[in-house]
Amino acid sequence: MPLDKRLAGRTFPPTRPHDVSRHEVRQFAAAIGETDPLHHDVEAARARGYPDLPAPVTFPIVVAFEAMGALLQHPDVGIQLRHVVHSAQRFDSARPVRAGDVLTATLTVEQVRTAAGTDLITTRSDIATVGGEHVCSAYATLAHRAP
Amino acid sequence: MNLPQWEQGAELPAQTYRVTRADLVAYAGVSGDHNPIHWSDRIATAVGLPGVMAHGMYTMALGARALTAWAGDPGRVRAYGVRFTRPVIVPDDDTGVDVVVRGVVGPAEAAGVRIELTVSCGGSSVLGRAGALVALDAQRASADG
Repeated sequence: MPLDKRLAGRTFPPTRPHDVSRHEVRQFAAAIGETDPLHHDVEAARARGYPDLPAPVTFPIVVAFEAMGALLQHPDVGIQLRHVVHSAQRFDSARPVRAGDVLTATLTVEQVRTAAGTDLITTRSDIATVGGEHVCSAYATLAHRAP
Repeated sequence: MNLPQWEQGAELPAQTYRVTRADLVAYAGVSGDHNPIHWSDRIATAVGLPGVMAHGMYTMALGARALTAWAGDPGRVRAYGVRFTRPVIVPDDDTGVDVVVRGVVGPAEAAGVRIELTVSCGGSSVLGRAGALVALDAQRASADG
């Protein structure tokens, strides 16, 4: 069944606050092979002007992914992850995420269209601190082919 | 930032990154993306893939590593976008595969310079329309927000 086009324009509630820890920043950096001490050593980060460990550029996907998962599981959407392909991604960043940030993602469905039996869902997840500071907008296009 | 390299049309030094199955398992853990096509040959082949594929976001992260290496600081990468056009298939061996990231400097804008990326594996491009906006020195995001 194709997705309801009325999803377009809808904004979902913010995700549960995500506490970004130093351990998490280090683990994310290690997983992508990023060995720059900036992401591992607090003193190195401070020496380069950061108050704490900055996360690598694509780290906000971790928080955006929580919002996307909630979208897929929402009763009005009901898409299974295994039928979804990530077709495009973009980040507009005000600053790097850093250890100590407590972040939520608020997802808006920007567009829903169908091409050759595939639903293409364009989402924007606005990532902000619980204090209201905008950190990043993550735009994802998800392709869904109903089984 | 090493300014001379940021002239329009300049080629940035290619970066080569090795990807193994162990990297994908680590990335699944830290990213929260536990889709089994990124670690199980059984499930990857059942959905028609030739084998386990890297997370698209893993490949995108390697592009970001190159951008960060060129720019000297993650805070300079103000915008970064890609399309996922071809899977990076990662064999279950000790060697893995190499992903090569190349960059060409595009036009300067008020907020920085455009970088066009070419990300390839085994000689084939794996990301489409990959590009970034990298801020120059005076435009770096304030580290303390």
